[in-house]
Amino acid sequence: MAEELLRRTYDLHGRDFDKAGEVATTIKRMLNDIGIDAGIVHRVVVIAFEAEMNVVMYADKGTMTLFLTDADIGLEVADEGPGIEDLEMALTEGFSTATDKMREMGFGFGMGLPNIRKNADDFSIESDVGVGTTIRTKIRLNSSA
Amino acid sequence: MQLREIKDVLQCEVLTGEDDLSAEVETVVASDGMSEILAFARPGALLMVTGLTNLQSVRTADIANVRAIIYIRGKRPNEKAIELAQESNIPVLATALGMFDVCGTLHRLGLEGGM
Repeated sequence: MAEELLRRTYDLHGRDFDKAGEVATTIKRMLNDIGIDAGIVHRVVVIAFEAEMNVVMYADKGTMTLFLTDADIGLEVADEGPGIEDLEMALTEGFSTATDKMREMGFGFGMGLPNIRKNADDFSIESDVGVGTTIRTKIRLNSSA
Repeated sequence: MQLREIKDVLQCEVLTGEDDLSAEVETVVASDGMSEILAFARPGALLMVTGLTNLQSVRTADIANVRAIIYIRGKRPNEKAIELAQESNIPVLATALGMFDVCGTLHRLGLEGGM
């Protein structure tokens, strides 16, 4: 069992577009300060940013938990929101239920979840319609791309 | 290529980062889709060209390790976005030219796509 070295949980706020991305930026600075490989940091932070945008765009609120072990970095994002009806479609590149307003923000082109999955070594998603969505990802410290 | 040269050729106004114009950029990503930049931008000395001026454009630039941003078609980010760019040490330029002209000019100058 890998030893857990660090764990942080951040609150995410639905519809707060001014703050959207703050948690991802905070995580980036912290991982850089610890001295994690730049390629790994990039993948973790793209996951964090896309997941954060998803919560801000679609959900009421949520949390993002980052944990670091000697083997990997985990990111778990759980929200309270509408949930996802068709997970398979949601994971298809180009499929989106975004509104025009979301697209004006530069997001909502059906790339968020595929992008998260692409950057993770382990990825799982659970969703209950009307309750919320949870994404669990892991990025191994000795992996690339 | 130095940011300063790009600034001159595209007749940019510098919104922040006047002291960092000696920074070198080698490749360019041009899009209004932030997910696209996050998904496909290859690491390197990246310049980001976009017409999206909100706070998320700067956050995307920071997360994708973009070295500088050019906003096109005379568009200006708001003050919060400029402040964030300042904090993130990302120079921000603005040009009156549109996306096609900006990209065509940069390509002619020898810059390559970074996606």
